Amino acid sequence: MTEPRPGWETVIGLEIHAQLATRSKIFSGASTAYGAPPNAQASLIDLGFPGVLPVLNGEAVRMAVRFGLAIGARVARHSVFARKNYFYPDLPKGYQISQYELPIVAQGALDIVLDDGSTKRIGITRAHLEEDAGKSLHEGLGGLTGVDLNRAGTPLLEIVSEPDLRSAKEAVAYMKKVHTLVRYLEICDGNMQEGSFRCDANVSVRRKSEGLGTRAEIKNINSFRFVEKAIQYEVARQIDLIESGGKVVQETRLYDPDKGETRSMRTKEEANDYRYFPDPDLLPLALDEAFIEEVRKALPELPDEKAARFSSQYGLSAYDAGVLTASRELADYYEEVARAVPQEPKLAANWVMGELAAALNKESLEVGSGRMPAQRLAGLLARIADQTISGKIAKEVFESMWAGGGSADAIIASKGLKQITDTGAIERAIEEVMAKNPGQLAEYRAGKDKLFGFFVGQVMKATQGKANPAQLNELLKRKLPG
Amino acid sequence: MIHRNSLTQLAAGLRAKKFSSVELVRAYLERIEASQPKLNAFISVTAERALEAAAAADRHLAAGGGGALAGVPIAHKDLFCTAGVRTTCGSRMLENFVSPYDATVVAKLKAAGAVVLGKLNMDEFAMGSSNETSYYGPVRNPWNTDFVPGGSSGGSAAAVAARLVPGATATDTGGSIRQPAALCGITGIKPTYGRVSRFGLIAFASSLDQGGVLTTSAQDAALMLREIAGFDPNDSTSVHAPVPDYVAELDAPLAGLKVGLIKEFFDAGLDRENERRIREALAVLEKSGAILREVSLPNLPRSVPVYYVVAPAECSSNLARYDGVRFGHRCKDPRDLQDLYRRSRGEGFGAEVKRRIMTGTYVLSAGYYDAYYLKAQRVRQLIAADFKRAFTEVDVLAGPTTPTAAFRIGAKTADPVTMYLNDIYTIGANLAGLPAISVPCGFVEGLPVGLQIVGPHFSEARILNVAHGYQLATDWHRRSPEGFA
Repeated sequence: MTEPRPGWETVIGLEIHAQLATRSKIFSGASTAYGAPPNAQASLIDLGFPGVLPVLNGEAVRMAVRFGLAIGARVARHSVFARKNYFYPDLPKGYQISQYELPIVAQGALDIVLDDGSTKRIGITRAHLEEDAGKSLHEGLGGLTGVDLNRAGTPLLEIVSEPDLRSAKEAVAYMKKVHTLVRYLEICDGNMQEGSFRCDANVSVRRKSEGLGTRAEIKNINSFRFVEKAIQYEVARQIDLIESGGKVVQETRLYDPDKGETRSMRTKEEANDYRYFPDPDLLPLALDEAFIEEVRKALPELPDEKAARFSSQYGLSAYDAGVLTASRELADYYEEVARAVPQEPKLAANWVMGELAAALNKESLEVGSGRMPAQRLAGLLARIADQTISGKIAKEVFESMWAGGGSADAIIASKGLKQITDTGAIERAIEEVMAKNPGQLAEYRAGKDKLFGFFVGQVMKATQGKANPAQLNELLKRKLPG
Repeated sequence: MIHRNSLTQLAAGLRAKKFSSVELVRAYLERIEASQPKLNAFISVTAERALEAAAAADRHLAAGGGGALAGVPIAHKDLFCTAGVRTTCGSRMLENFVSPYDATVVAKLKAAGAVVLGKLNMDEFAMGSSNETSYYGPVRNPWNTDFVPGGSSGGSAAAVAARLVPGATATDTGGSIRQPAALCGITGIKPTYGRVSRFGLIAFASSLDQGGVLTTSAQDAALMLREIAGFDPNDSTSVHAPVPDYVAELDAPLAGLKVGLIKEFFDAGLDRENERRIREALAVLEKSGAILREVSLPNLPRSVPVYYVVAPAECSSNLARYDGVRFGHRCKDPRDLQDLYRRSRGEGFGAEVKRRIMTGTYVLSAGYYDAYYLKAQRVRQLIAADFKRAFTEVDVLAGPTTPTAAFRIGAKTADPVTMYLNDIYTIGANLAGLPAISVPCGFVEGLPVGLQIVGPHFSEARILNVAHGYQLATDWHRRSPEGFA
C-alpha cells in the first residue's frame, strides 16, 4: 500500500493525548501510578460520589504551560474548564471535565524534518487540560463488564494539530516530534504501551486542487507503527470508495491492528451532543505573568535548540544531530562521551549511533539502562584517539566490555591488544610476510596492485590485528616495491 | 420548658451547667417523636448517636472544654453528607445511600460540639418550594398543618419553627432557606456564594447552591454561621476571606443605615396584606434610625426565567452521576446498559427532578445553548450589575421574602410555573451571589410573613446586625405555633 496515489492529496490532523506525569490526579489527591489493582486508586472524587468537588492540581497546570511555551504558543491568562456530558460506565460523574472554548494553550507550532531533509512547520491549534476516563474490563468476569476507575481523573494534555499533515509518514514524524518534546519537558513518560501517549487521527482525501474532503476520525492509536498503518489503510479506503463512485461519511472509526484495518464505530448521526458548558465547580483558571515567566525560566534546552548546538559545537551533520537529540537521555549520554573525548566528537557520534545503538537495540535496552555508562565508552574511544588501539580492535574491546564489563584499558591490557606503533616491529613483521610469500611478492612487483590488500591482511594476521593501520600502509608502500 | 430557650441561651445554659446536653437531647428527641406524625420534618432520627454525642459533650463541658456549640442539639438538611448516617436528598435514588464522609459543614459543626439529632426532610434534590416533591412525603407547616412549610428546606424550617431543634442547617439555591423561613415564621440566612463550603453538600445547581442556617433569631443565626463559614481547600469556589465575629457585630446601631426598598418587589404579584406587614416592618427599621428610599433594579423581574434555565442546566449535569452503577438506586435485573440507565433513573427520580433534568438537557443542547443558556448567563450578569449599582446608593436592600404567606398542600402542585413564582423575590440574591436573610415580621390569617434583607457580597455581619436590630424592636421571632408550644 503506497501513498499518495497520483492525483490525490491526503489531509491529516492529529489529536494527541499525553498523560501528564503528575504524582496525583488532576482533580483529586489519588495516585496516578500505573498497574494497581482495579479501583485501588480511585478516591471519592474519582468515583463521583454525591457532594464531592474537584480541586485543580497546580502541577498539571505548570506542565501544560511548559508545553505551551516550548511550542511557541499563546499561553492563556484566562482559561476555562467545561463539562463534556455523556453517559458511560467508566465516566463516573456522567461528564468529563475538559477545556472547550478557552483552552490553556493555543496557536503553537512544531517543525518536522521530511524525507528530503527539508523542514515543514506543523501548526498546533490548541492544547487543553482534561481528565481521563476509567476503563471497562470485559475479560474474566463471566460475561459481565467491570469498571476500573484507577485511570479516571488522570491528567491529560490533548494536543490538537492543524490539518497540516499530508501523509502517514508526516503524521508519524510529527507524533514522534511531540513525543520527544513531552519527554524533554518531563511532562509525560511517553509510555505508549500503558497508554500514556496515544492519538486520534482525522483523515480525509481530496483530488488535488479540490476543497477539503469529508473526514473520518480514527480513535485511540497507541503506537507510531499503527498510526502509519491505520492512516495508510484509511487513505486507500477513502480513495477506493470515491473512485468507485461512493462517498466518505463523517464518522468515528477504530483501528484493528490484528487485521490491519479500520472499522466504523459510530457515524455523525449517532454522535453524542456533549452539551458543553463551563464547570461551575471550578473557577476560571487565571495565570499571571510572574508564573509564566517562572515556568519559562525553568524550561530545559529543547530538542531543536540542542540539535542546532550539537551541529555547531561538535561539527555533526544535521542528520546525526537529529538522531542524537531524539531523546534527552540519548543526547545527555552523547554529550558526556563527547566531553570526555573532546578531540573526537564525530567519533563519539559514530560510536553512540553505531555500535552502542546496535548493542542496545539487540537487547531492547534504553541508553539510560546503565549497561554501558558514558564514561566507560569514552574510555574506549580515548584509546582509539591516542592510537593505543585501532578502530577494528576497538570493536572487539567493545564486545568484551558489553559482555563482561570492565574498562577498555583493563581489557586491552589483559588481552594484549595494544596497538603496535613501533616502526621497527612492524617492519620486521612485513619482512617476515614478504619472505613467506615470494610468489605473491613477485606478482605484485609485476604490476598486480590488488595484492596490496593481501599483504595488509597477512601482516595484520601476524600481529593479531595490532599493527597501526596507517603506519602499516605507509611502510608497506615503501617496502613492497623493493 | 427547655425548648423555649434560644440556641444562644441553650449554649450558655450548657456552659453554665444549668442542664446537661443529655437532658436537652432527650427533651428534643421526645418532641421530635411526638411531632413526626403531624409534621414529618425528619427523614432520619439518630437518637442513639445523638445521646452518645451528648454524653461526650457533657464530659467536655464538665472539663471546661468543648466548642462554641458544645452540647447544643441541631439537625441537618438531608443533603449534607454525614458519615455513617444515610443521606437521601429527599429522593428514592439515595434511599439507602450512606456517605463515607462528612460534609465540611457537618464536620465544622461537629468540631464546634453540636449534637446532631437527625436528618431533615426536603424537596427531592432541593427542587421545590413546598416540600411536596420529597419521596419521604410532604412536610407540614407547624402554624397550620394543612399548609406547606415552603421548600426546599421545609423540614429544617418546620423543625425549627416547632422547636424540635433550636437550629438547623439548610441550603438555598433559589430561596430554599429564606422562603421556608418566611412561611414558618423563623429566621433564615443564605450567606454570600463562597462563604460556606459546598463540599459534601449534594449539588443541585453548583453556581447557585449555598449552605446556611435556620434558627429562631438573627442572634442564633450569627452564632451558627460563625462556626460553618470560611474557606475550604476542598471547595474551589469557597472564598479565602476572614470570617468576622458575627455575634460581636450584632449590636451595632442602625442609625443612618440606608435601606433601599426594591421597587420591583412591590408589584402586582405581592399580596396586599403581606405588603402591609412588610411596610410595617420597614417603619420599625425607620424608627430605629434607618433611612428608607426606593431603588429600582430593572432587570430583577427576569430572575425567574433566568433561574429556570441556569439551575436546570447545572442540575441535568450534576445528576448524571446517579446512573445505578456505583451507588444509589439500581433497577432490578437490567437487560443491558441502556436499560440499567433508563430504569434506574426512571424509578429513582421523581417528576419534578425529571422535569428539571429534561429542561436542563434541552437548554444545553446544540442549537439551543446560545438562545437559552448563554442568554440567561448574560441576563444574570445584568441582574448582578443592578444589585451592584443599588449598593452604591444604599447599604442594604429590603422587601418581601415571598409574594404570599404559606399556601395549602396540593394547591400549586398541578402547575409548576405558579409554584416557581414563589421564589420570585428570593432568586435574585442567588443569581448575584449575595447574602440575604429572612426574618418574621407578622402574620396574615394566622400564617407568618417574612421580611427579606439583602446585602453586598460578604456583608453577612451587616444583614445579621439589621435583622437583630429589628428583632430587638419586635417579638415576632419569639412567637411559636400553638400546637407546638
